[in-house]
Amino acid sequence: MKKVLSVLLSVLMLSMLLSGCGQKSPADQRKKNNEIAVGIAQDLGSSLDPRSLASAGAREVLFNVFEGLYKPTASGDFAPALATGYEVSEDGKIYTFTLREGVKFHNGKTMTADDVVYTFKSYAESSTDSNLKVGLAAVTDVKGYGNKVEITLAEPNSDFLAYVASTHVIPADYAEQETKPVGTGPFRYESRSVQENIILVRNDDYYGTKAKVAKVTYKIYEAGTALVTALAGGAVDIVAHLTEAQVTGLSKDYEVLEGTMNLVQALYLNNLEGPLADVKVRQALCYAVDVEDMLKLTANGHGTRVGSSIYPAFTKYFDASLADAYPHDVEKAKALLKEAGYESFDLVITVPGNYTNHVDTAVVLAEQLKAVGVNATVQEVEWNTWLKDVYQGRKYQATVVGFDASMLTAGAMLNRFVSNSSKNISNFASVEYDRLIAEASSITDDARRTECYRAAEKILSDEAANVYLQDMADFVAIRATLSGYQFYPLYVMDLSTVGYK
Amino acid sequence: MADKKQQNTWFFKVGLVLTVFMVTIILIGQFWTPYDPSAQNAAEKALGPSLAHIMGTDYLGRDIFSRVMDGAGTTLFIAFFVVLLGSAAGILVGALTGYLGGIVDTVLMKICDSITAFPSILLAMIILKVLDRPGKWTVIWVLAILFIPSFARVSRTEYVRIKKQNYISLARLEGASPARIMALHILPNAFPVLLPAITIGFNNAVLAEASMSFLGVGVSATEASLGRMLSDAQNYLVTGLPWYALCVGGTIVLLILGFSLLAEGLQQRRK
Amino acid sequence: MQYVLKKLAAAVTTLLVLSFLSFAAFEMIGDPVTTILGTNATPEAVAELRAEMGLDRSLFVRYFEWLGHFVTGDLGTSYIYRMPVRQMLGEKLVNTLVLTLMGFVLAVLVSIPLGALSARNEGRGLDRFLTVFNQIVMAIPSFFIAILLMVIFGLLIRIFTPGNFVSYKDSLGGYLLYMIFPAISIALPRAAMTEKMLRTSILEEMQKNYVRTSYARGMSRAGAMKTHALKNAMLPVITFLAANAAEMLAGCIVIEQIFSVPGIGRLLMVSIGQRDVPVVEAIVMILAVWVMLVHFISEILSETFDPRMRS
Repeated sequence: MKKVLSVLLSVLMLSMLLSGCGQKSPADQRKKNNEIAVGIAQDLGSSLDPRSLASAGAREVLFNVFEGLYKPTASGDFAPALATGYEVSEDGKIYTFTLREGVKFHNGKTMTADDVVYTFKSYAESSTDSNLKVGLAAVTDVKGYGNKVEITLAEPNSDFLAYVASTHVIPADYAEQETKPVGTGPFRYESRSVQENIILVRNDDYYGTKAKVAKVTYKIYEAGTALVTALAGGAVDIVAHLTEAQVTGLSKDYEVLEGTMNLVQALYLNNLEGPLADVKVRQALCYAVDVEDMLKLTANGHGTRVGSSIYPAFTKYFDASLADAYPHDVEKAKALLKEAGYESFDLVITVPGNYTNHVDTAVVLAEQLKAVGVNATVQEVEWNTWLKDVYQGRKYQATVVGFDASMLTAGAMLNRFVSNSSKNISNFASVEYDRLIAEASSITDDARRTECYRAAEKILSDEAANVYLQDMADFVAIRATLSGYQFYPLYVMDLSTVGYK
Repeated sequence: MADKKQQNTWFFKVGLVLTVFMVTIILIGQFWTPYDPSAQNAAEKALGPSLAHIMGTDYLGRDIFSRVMDGAGTTLFIAFFVVLLGSAAGILVGALTGYLGGIVDTVLMKICDSITAFPSILLAMIILKVLDRPGKWTVIWVLAILFIPSFARVSRTEYVRIKKQNYISLARLEGASPARIMALHILPNAFPVLLPAITIGFNNAVLAEASMSFLGVGVSATEASLGRMLSDAQNYLVTGLPWYALCVGGTIVLLILGFSLLAEGLQQRRK
Repeated sequence: MQYVLKKLAAAVTTLLVLSFLSFAAFEMIGDPVTTILGTNATPEAVAELRAEMGLDRSLFVRYFEWLGHFVTGDLGTSYIYRMPVRQMLGEKLVNTLVLTLMGFVLAVLVSIPLGALSARNEGRGLDRFLTVFNQIVMAIPSFFIAILLMVIFGLLIRIFTPGNFVSYKDSLGGYLLYMIFPAISIALPRAAMTEKMLRTSILEEMQKNYVRTSYARGMSRAGAMKTHALKNAMLPVITFLAANAAEMLAGCIVIEQIFSVPGIGRLLMVSIGQRDVPVVEAIVMILAVWVMLVHFISEILSETFDPRMRS
C-alpha cells in the first residue's frame, strides 16, 4: 500500500515538474502561436444568432464575426463592407447597394443578393433589438438583382445607414445560427465551452485586410476579482472595461489604454416611486451628488460628465452644457427637499452585482446622499433579478447602470424615455418629450431633427428624470507586445487590427 | 496528565484573552472609530499603513482600520443573532425531543437529520443565492435555521441523560410541570455542555458569514462585514493594496481562533 | 439485504423531496425568460418564449415531466444554453470530483500520520507544537488560504498561472499542477481537524482496559498503540472524514470561484442566478447523491473496522 502510494506520488510530482518548468509561460506560448486570450466578465447567453443578441457583451464579441453592408468605423462613420457603395434616389426613399463580389460566408458559401434580401426580411421579422426592428419596419420592399440590392423605404430616413450597419448579413437557408453562427467577418466562430471560453479563428477568406492574429480565445471570469487575478497572472492578454483601481499597479507587461465606454451611467430613478415622484426631490438628488468627487474616487478623475441621456460620441446631439445644469450644492439640495416636504427619507439603490463599476459608483453616491439627509443603501442583486424587478417590473426606487446605444442613432438612446416605451425604466412621462421624439422620427429635415433631439435631451435634464453622471472611462489593459487596439464610438471590440508587434 | 491539563487551561486563557480583546475592540467600534468607516476621501486613496492610518486606506480613501472595526462588528452581530436564535430554538427542540420523547422526538429529529445531511454552508449558499436579497438579517435567519439541528442534538442528549436522574423524578413527584422541569431543573445542569457548543457556534457562524459575504451572497454593498471586505480586497491584492486583504483576513483568523481556543478550553475543562 | 433496501428507500424519498423543493423554489423567484431576452424583452416576447419553452404550464406538469426524463437518465436541456445538461456537466463534474478527491486524499495523507505521531509523543514538545499549530490552521478559512496560495505561488513565485486553467485533456501534468493549489486550500483546515480528532481518539482508546492489559503483558506503548488503539481509534475518524468529504464538495464552490476552476460549484451558482432550473436540478441531485454515498461508504467502513457493529 505504502509503496503504491509513494510511486503514485512521485509520478505525480514528476509530471507536474515536467509540465511546470519545461514549458514557456502561457503568454509566450500564445505569442509563439500567434493567438490572443481576451478576458470577459460574462458568458454570451443562449443564442449566438445576430438577430437575437440579448446583451452588449454578446454584441461586443460577435462584432468580429458579423458584418452588414456597411460597418461602423472607429471614427464614427460608416464604411463600405459587404457593399462597395450605394446610391439614393432623389426622393430619398430608394437605396441601391452594389454588393462586393466574391464574399464568402464562413461556411464556404458565396454571398449573393438573395442572402441580403433574406437578411433584411428576417431581421424585420425577428430581430429582438426593438430600435432596429422599428427602423427596418419602415422598409416596404427589398429586391435583389445581380449584384445589386434595392431597398425601398416608406419615408426617407437619414439614420438609415446606421440600421444597415446593424443588420448583419447571414446566409439564407442556414438554420444553426443560434449554436454555430456563420457570418462574413474577419473571424469565424470555432467553439464555445459554457462559462469557460469562446473561441474565434481567423477567416482566411476575408475580402478585406485579414486579421493579424490566428486565434482569439475569450475566457470568461464571472467574478471581477478572478478577472483581475487572471490579468495579473498573465492568463489573458486583453481585458476591457476595467476600473481605474483595477489597472493601477498592473505590471509592465501591460499597457493601459483609455477610451470611453460609450454609455450613459446615471442614477436612474423611478419617477413614480414615493418621494421621487416629486420633481423637486429629483432635482435635489442632482444637486446632492458631487460627480467630480465621484469620478476622483472611482476613476482618479477619468470619465466624461454628461447631463442627459446622450453620450459625447454623438457629437451632433450631445449638449455638454447640461452636465453643469446641477452643480454640487448641498444647501440647495436640502432646501429643495424641505420645500417638497421630504427632509429625510430612505432610498434603496438596486444594482446588478456583477458590474463592479456600477456598484462602486452606487456606494459613493449613497455616501454623498447622506449629507442631505437621504439615507441611501445599496442592494446588490443578480442580473436576472435586476432585469425582472427593475428593468421589466419597475419595482425599484433607484438604480445605477449604464445604457449604451446598439447603433449610432439618437433614437437608440432617447426613445427609451417616451412615456409608453417598454424600455422606459424611469417611468418618465412628459407630453412635450413624447411630441419631440415623435416629430424627430417622422421628419426628414436633418437640422430640425437635431433640434428636436436636443430639445428632448434638455427636458430630461430640466425634469431631472435621472441623476446623470458620466460616460465612463474605459480602461483596457493590453499586453505590451500587442498593438493596434482601436476604440469605437459603440460598445464593441474590434480584434482584427490587433496583432503582435 | 498534569501536562495536558496545563495545556488546556492555557488554551482557555489564551482564547479568553483573545476573544475579550477582539470583542472589546469591536464593541468600541460601535461607538467610536478613528475615522468614519464609510467616509470617502479622494485625496487619500489606497495609502499604505502609516501612523495616521494604521492599516492604510482602501480604494475609496476609507480608513481600513475603522472599516475593520465596523465590519467585524457586523460579522459579530450576525454571529451573535445566529447563535442566539439558533441555540434558543435548538435547545427548545432538544428539550422537547429529549424530555418528552415519543412521536415528537421521532418527527423533530427526523427533520433535523435531513437538514444536517447536507453540508450547512452549502445549503446556506444555495438558499441565499436563490433568495437574492443580500442583507444581514437574511443571513441571520438562514444561518440560524440551519444551526438549529446541531444545538438540538447536543441538548437532546443532555436532556435524555439528566431526566433519568433522581432529583428530576423527585421534582416530578412534587408536581412540577414539564415546562418548569425543562427550563428550571434541567437547563442549568445542561449548561456546562451547552456552553462549548455555543462557543463553537460563534466560531462556525463567523466562518459561515465570511464565506457567504465573500461569495457575494451575504451582506449588501453598503454594510461592511469581514467577508465582504475580503472579497473587495481581492480586487486590489495584486494591484497595490495587498495589506488590505491581509488585515481583513488576519482579523477573521484572530476572531475564529479566539472562539475555537475558548471552546476547546471549555470542553476540556469539563472532562 | 433489508438494511440496504431501507437505505435505498430513504435515499429515493430524499431525492424526490429535494428535487421538488428546488423546482418549487424557482416557481417563486422567476424564470430564465428574463435572462434570455435581456433588455430587449417586451411582454409579448416574454409570453411567446414562455409558451415556446413550455414554462406556461403548471408546476406539477413540469415537475413530473422532468422526473419522467430524470429516471430514464435524461437530465434535460439547459434553458439558457439550449444544450443537453449532461453535455454541460461532463468535464465540469470531473473537475469538481477530482478537486474534492485530491483534497480528501491530501487531508488523509497529512492528518493520519501526524495524528498518530502527535498521540505517540503525547505531552512532548512535538505534540505541543502540533496541537498549537493545528489550532491556528483550523482558524484560517479555506478561502483565505486560497487567496494566500494564489498570491504566493501564482503571482509571486509563478509556479502556476491563476485563471489559466489547463484541461486534463490538454496536459495531465498541467492539470494536476493547477488543481493542487485549490486542493490544498480545501484540505488544510480539514486535515487539521482530522489530526486533532485522531489524536484525541487514540488517547482515549489508550486509556481503555484492553490496551492497559496489553501493557501488562509486556507490550510497549508504541506497540499497543499500533496493534490495538490505532485501529479502534479510526472509527470516529471515519465518520468524521465522511462528513468532511461532503463538506469539501461544498467548499469547492468558493474555491473554484477563486481559482477559476470550471467546476459544478461555479456552474451551480451561475445557473441559480440565471434561473436555469434543469442545470440546478441536475447539480443538486449530484450533490445529494454524493453526500448519501459518502455516508453510506462510511457506515460500511465503520462496520469493517468495528466487529461489534457486525451482526
